[in-house]
Amino acid sequence: MLNSLSLYALPVIIIMILTVGIIKKVPVYEEFVEGAKDGFKVSINIIPYLVAIIVGISMFRASGAMETIASLFAPILNALSVPIDSVPIMITRSLSGSATLGLFTELAQKLGPDAYATKLCAVIVGSSETTFYVLAVYFGAIGIKKLRYALLVGLLADTIGIIAAVFVCSKVFLPNIG
Amino acid sequence: MNYIFFFLIVFSIIFGIINGRTQEVVNGMLSGADLAVKIALSLIGIMAFWLGIMRIAEKSGLVQLIAKLIKPITKWMFNEIPPESPAIGNIALSVSANALGLTNAATPIGLKVMQDLQEYNEEKSSASNAMCMFLAMNTAGFQIVPATVIAVLVAVGSKNPTEIIVPTMIVTSIAFISAIVLAKLFSKFWTPQIISNKERSDSNA
Repeated sequence: MLNSLSLYALPVIIIMILTVGIIKKVPVYEEFVEGAKDGFKVSINIIPYLVAIIVGISMFRASGAMETIASLFAPILNALSVPIDSVPIMITRSLSGSATLGLFTELAQKLGPDAYATKLCAVIVGSSETTFYVLAVYFGAIGIKKLRYALLVGLLADTIGIIAAVFVCSKVFLPNIG
Repeated sequence: MNYIFFFLIVFSIIFGIINGRTQEVVNGMLSGADLAVKIALSLIGIMAFWLGIMRIAEKSGLVQLIAKLIKPITKWMFNEIPPESPAIGNIALSVSANALGLTNAATPIGLKVMQDLQEYNEEKSSASNAMCMFLAMNTAGFQIVPATVIAVLVAVGSKNPTEIIVPTMIVTSIAFISAIVLAKLFSKFWTPQIISNKERSDSNA
């Protein structure tokens, strides 16, 4: 049911916008073309911001620093019954969407769909966005260079999300398994 | 942002050398630059399409109608933006597109919102409070059905992939609300936006 909601939402929105436009006597074709003109400019504007952030993150991932950070946190996380396998995903979540999905697929294949780590990571991946990417694209499109508190808020919310995920999942999934 | 950029690059290179992964780090740099351009270019078509559709929605008054409907909430969240502005209606559309998992529509609509908000921004190269609030909502990634995650779970043979939906919804709501509250809080305590009269007269290119 929920899946078909996602499937039909887009066509319904488009039909609605065009129909209301025609009823209100908006020259829909002319206005569409006028609006679409900006598409190229906006996309090109993003490039420098995206290069800066994606290069930085992809270098960071390649350096192996993530594994080192994960091992530093291991003792604390063990005490909170957080599986160590889920740590790389927690760190990557805010940095890179494709890397997170790759890590998650790998983890799900390795541990199987019923493992607690798989479920915890599924919730973490599903409940958040790639903060760095969103900020680079959205601010890049209009040429904002000073982000003020936007990054801090994004990362704090991600951290709160991870803590909430650990808490909720331990209540929902742990009793069934262990 | 300057420190983060410096840290990501310099720290990665030093760490790569220590770890004996210099080659990987250099490759990461090259492939990252390549990927960034590919992402931007792949956006052009879908961006043009949605900006066109959104312009129709604006001209027909639909966006303004939505803005009026959600006025009670947005008056508090975006107090610097006139509540009947198309920007507010577009914000509602963007959040809905995100919630429904329509990534292809959400990004173009979101960028339209940023352009709208830029018109109310005094200092064109610095983020306004409204922008920070909007991005707080976006980075929290409020989503009703995490379709991609479920697809992965199905692919690895999960018998009950939808069991993660409710926990995900609880967590995403907590993160979403925290982000909004945090953004509101920071807007009160952070150094105010610099307002310069010189910039104000400059037109938004």
